[in-house]
Amino acid sequence: MAFEGLTERLQGTLDRIKGKGKVSEADVKEMMREVRLALLEADVNYKVVKQFINSVKERAVGQEVMKSLTPGQQVIKVVNEELQALMGGEQSKIAVADKAPTVVMMVGLQGAGKTTTVAKLANHLRKEHNRSPLLAAADVYRPAAIDQLETLGKQLEMPVFSLGTEANPVDIAKGAVEKAKEEHRDYVLIDTAGRLHVDEALMGELEQIKSEVNPAEILLVVDAMTGQDAVNVAESFNEQLDVTGAVLTKLDGDTRGGAAISIKAVTDTPVKFAGMGEKIDQLEPFHPERMASRILGMGDVLSLIEKAQTNVDEERAKELEKKMRSADLTFDDFLEQLQQVRNMGPLDDLLQMMPGANKMKGLKNAQVDESQLTQVEAIVRSMTKQEKDDPSVINASRRRRIAQGSGTTVKDVNRLLKQFEDMKKMMKQMSSMQKGKGKKKGKQMNPFSFMQ
Amino acid sequence: MSFFKKLKDKMTTQTDQMTEKFKDGLSKTRESFAGKMNELMAKYRQVDEDFFEELEELLIGADVGVETVMELIDELEREAKLRNIKEPEKLAPVISEKLAAKLDKSGEDTKLNMQEDSMTVILFVGVNGVGKTTSIGKLAHQFKEQGKHVVMAAGDTFRAGAIEQLEEWGNRVGVDVVKQQAGSDPAAVMYDAIQSARSKKADVLLCDTAGRLQNKVNLMKELEKVKRVISREIPDAPHEVLLVLDATTGQNAMSQAKTFQEATDVSGIVLTKLDGTAKGGIVLAIRNELDVPVKFVGLGERAEDMQPFEADQFVYSLFKEMVEQEDTEKE
Repeated sequence: MAFEGLTERLQGTLDRIKGKGKVSEADVKEMMREVRLALLEADVNYKVVKQFINSVKERAVGQEVMKSLTPGQQVIKVVNEELQALMGGEQSKIAVADKAPTVVMMVGLQGAGKTTTVAKLANHLRKEHNRSPLLAAADVYRPAAIDQLETLGKQLEMPVFSLGTEANPVDIAKGAVEKAKEEHRDYVLIDTAGRLHVDEALMGELEQIKSEVNPAEILLVVDAMTGQDAVNVAESFNEQLDVTGAVLTKLDGDTRGGAAISIKAVTDTPVKFAGMGEKIDQLEPFHPERMASRILGMGDVLSLIEKAQTNVDEERAKELEKKMRSADLTFDDFLEQLQQVRNMGPLDDLLQMMPGANKMKGLKNAQVDESQLTQVEAIVRSMTKQEKDDPSVINASRRRRIAQGSGTTVKDVNRLLKQFEDMKKMMKQMSSMQKGKGKKKGKQMNPFSFMQ
Repeated sequence: MSFFKKLKDKMTTQTDQMTEKFKDGLSKTRESFAGKMNELMAKYRQVDEDFFEELEELLIGADVGVETVMELIDELEREAKLRNIKEPEKLAPVISEKLAAKLDKSGEDTKLNMQEDSMTVILFVGVNGVGKTTSIGKLAHQFKEQGKHVVMAAGDTFRAGAIEQLEEWGNRVGVDVVKQQAGSDPAAVMYDAIQSARSKKADVLLCDTAGRLQNKVNLMKELEKVKRVISREIPDAPHEVLLVLDATTGQNAMSQAKTFQEATDVSGIVLTKLDGTAKGGIVLAIRNELDVPVKFVGLGERAEDMQPFEADQFVYSLFKEMVEQEDTEKE
């Protein structure tokens, strides 16, 4: 199966060595094979994977894993650490030139998202750093690329410099810098045309722009879905232009984004930003440690926690947890929980961040339908106080009334009631399991089971 | 007769011009892939574990999906044992034979489903930045050249400049574009476009849509609606739903193909940007795992660089050096 997480991949090997007193070198080798496959499936370049595996293997064979009581976790830990080391720390700073304006050049293949990124970065610079950028439309090749930047400029209420499609991109870049000086703008963001890294003529044009306007920052814009070829692209652009950083776009998709590692490995320049959506404010600083987890299929736990922290009232969460443990959860609590989850943003975003989400039955490749949640809410809201506190009183005629009140069918109501009961049962099991000394290996609670 | 010989004979009977174009467009792909393949053959004296490991890397490096590669390597190992093949160069034709078999599932139609005496509606779908609008522009040009009356529908009402981009193609090619304002309902644009194309007695209606990542449920629903509106107006339309895929995309292309297929019943794939160093190996994985044929490949910037996909030609271009090598050995 494609897109299994590393944890799941290692499970087979781990199950086999569980009974054994110690881990042999052969076991480590087998685990390394799984690590390798996980990385390859995540689109990390195979050459990069090879080097990476060698360094991990060294640490693994040398004590750390073989002597550990929990070799599986140890392997994941080592892999995660090495991956983070490879990707470096967070570096989402944009350079500032000694003398204004600071020139930033955006380069990359066709369709990577350069024009959109120019607009997003302009917005970021204004919002976070209080800067006033000028946008320069130097993509004279793609039809309507200038229109696109001008439309975005209008949305942002920012000036866009252009000389039409007949002008030379080098002249446009020069003109934009001049204009920025005149108008005392402190940044110039140059949008260039997408080009293949093997197109010598067009790559030469970029070199020319570079030598004329002397940019402080050359950002390589790369589609997060790029496969093995990311290495060739990054290598060529870096060789000819000495890029200073990368922007990974379309990271809001379901790609693992192994290209991030490949780029870092061959250019040794940091990924600075990540495009996280189609809206103009959806450019985020790039977090290497989160990316490591994502590539390994371990979920973006940190982002999830961050989201939860900003949206969930801690006091109420504690209270809810107590109630859940004592298993006298009512429909009111259920509704509250549902709303807290919904406050955190679109559910499929959340699901993606959840570790092991693709492992849970029914959640694999889950497409969360938000309208179903609305339906659940409507059903609960159509219940009386008494019914919410004690669902057992809900008889056939009450079901009919609830269905009518919520614009659903009796079948929908029945399903929700059943799922609610199941959930309560499961919680009861879980809390009794945690009280006793029994194994923790119970059925994992799936709070989203009502959506299946 | 050897596999290469068969392939070559087949090629010589087909138009040279087409093959040339394929060769040119794929030169980067071919150089790196076939070159490395030859290196591999020269490096090893016998077919052993290391050999297969390196072969595995070569295929993975070409973006052939991990799963497909594992399958292929297993088959090859079995075959090598069965036929008692020890020398790498003797295994070479078997490798290409297997690759071609995966690419060329016989009976699959890579021709467009064109309507003889009524309007053909083609819907283009895909994630952001793969080249949907450009592919439409190029196809419009080709249909026009064939003397067909073409209308294009500016269904990407979301991305800034998308409507202008299609209009620019309309101007260049000399084709009418039906559009509404940016931000309007794409389904309404399609409705308009069908009415307008009908009254103009168009032969082909090419429908652009906004790029969307396949995990955005609401956007996928919107696409379903667009398709529904088209089908409501013309019962058997759209006659083709073409998924545009970027050849540089890695394993995620499979997820794209699966999800778009579920939402819109994709009938074919347009593989763009094959003129870079991207190996296009994803084609193998897609043909192997999904029942969707590749119908077009984008081999360059010019309108005529959009070519119908031919599995044989694709393989021939990839392995050309090896085909010729075999020939000289025999002489």
